[in-house]
Amino acid sequence: MLYELLARPIPWYVAGPLLGLMVPILFIVGNKAFGISSSYRHVCAAVIPSKLPFFNYDWKKTGGWNLQLALGIIIGGAVALYFTPDNYQIAITASTTDALKTYGITNFDGFMPVEVFNWDNILTLPGMIIMVLGGFLIGFGTRYGSGCTAGHGITGMANFQKASLIATISFFLGGMISAQFLIPLILK
Amino acid sequence: MRFIFIGIYFGFILMKTEVVSWFRIQEMFLFNHIFMYGIFALAILTGVISIFLIRKFNIKDIDGNPIEIGEKDNSKTKRYILGGLIFGLGWGLAGTCPGPIYALIGGGYMIILVPLLSAFLGAAVYGMVQNKLPH
Repeated sequence: MLYELLARPIPWYVAGPLLGLMVPILFIVGNKAFGISSSYRHVCAAVIPSKLPFFNYDWKKTGGWNLQLALGIIIGGAVALYFTPDNYQIAITASTTDALKTYGITNFDGFMPVEVFNWDNILTLPGMIIMVLGGFLIGFGTRYGSGCTAGHGITGMANFQKASLIATISFFLGGMISAQFLIPLILK
Repeated sequence: MRFIFIGIYFGFILMKTEVVSWFRIQEMFLFNHIFMYGIFALAILTGVISIFLIRKFNIKDIDGNPIEIGEKDNSKTKRYILGGLIFGLGWGLAGTCPGPIYALIGGGYMIILVPLLSAFLGAAVYGMVQNKLPH
């Protein structure tokens, strides 16, 4: 019974408030502003022996909480996996499925397209661009822009920060360029 | 330790709401469904109400300290446009952003370690070249 309930996807109008609750939860429980991409910087500071000012700070003191949060997210993903039925498919709209089919995607199982995201694909050009370059731009861009969809897109927007509005508009512009022009170009 | 539990909540919700999905991200940027936009709008609204209530009732954190809402550095513009565009390009390509990347590892998608390690590298390269970039 509980399994059945948790196995169902959460509808978007419930999902939004549940995700937004991260803002007050972190403020009240830890006096922290919700964000996650600074964890990349803390990982770099922890593993790169460097005199670079960007990585030369007490990462445990400043970033310990954010790294704990990241670890928790991994565990939370595993818990959700337990409540994800086999052969799970995401109910994306038919127009999206049709568009992706024209790029050659035929397998819509799970959360990610296995035809694109697989180990054999890493050294192909599409795999390099989508997985390796995509990840690189996420890490570089979030540090350059000082935040991601969480820190700017939710927390900063909720606090009416001009910086976050500029950043969030830019996120969406970049994403649209990728999804509408680059992805079709790369996969077709 | 408490942040691990908050992370578990966040990771679980990210997966169950499907916002971790590359398919959902493509759908959003192809403007085919309200799904992601609705989630963002309601998440922001929840944050707005929360911050309003915290300020209005001067709510303290559980250790009894005043809550510091904090401000972004609003004196700069270029870094948010350029950094934001670069992150956005990566978001649309890899179909994932920093929170979901972690959730997908737990969700059994070990292949996401490739974008994650590249993201660490991206952050490291930013640290090396930041003095040469306009902010």
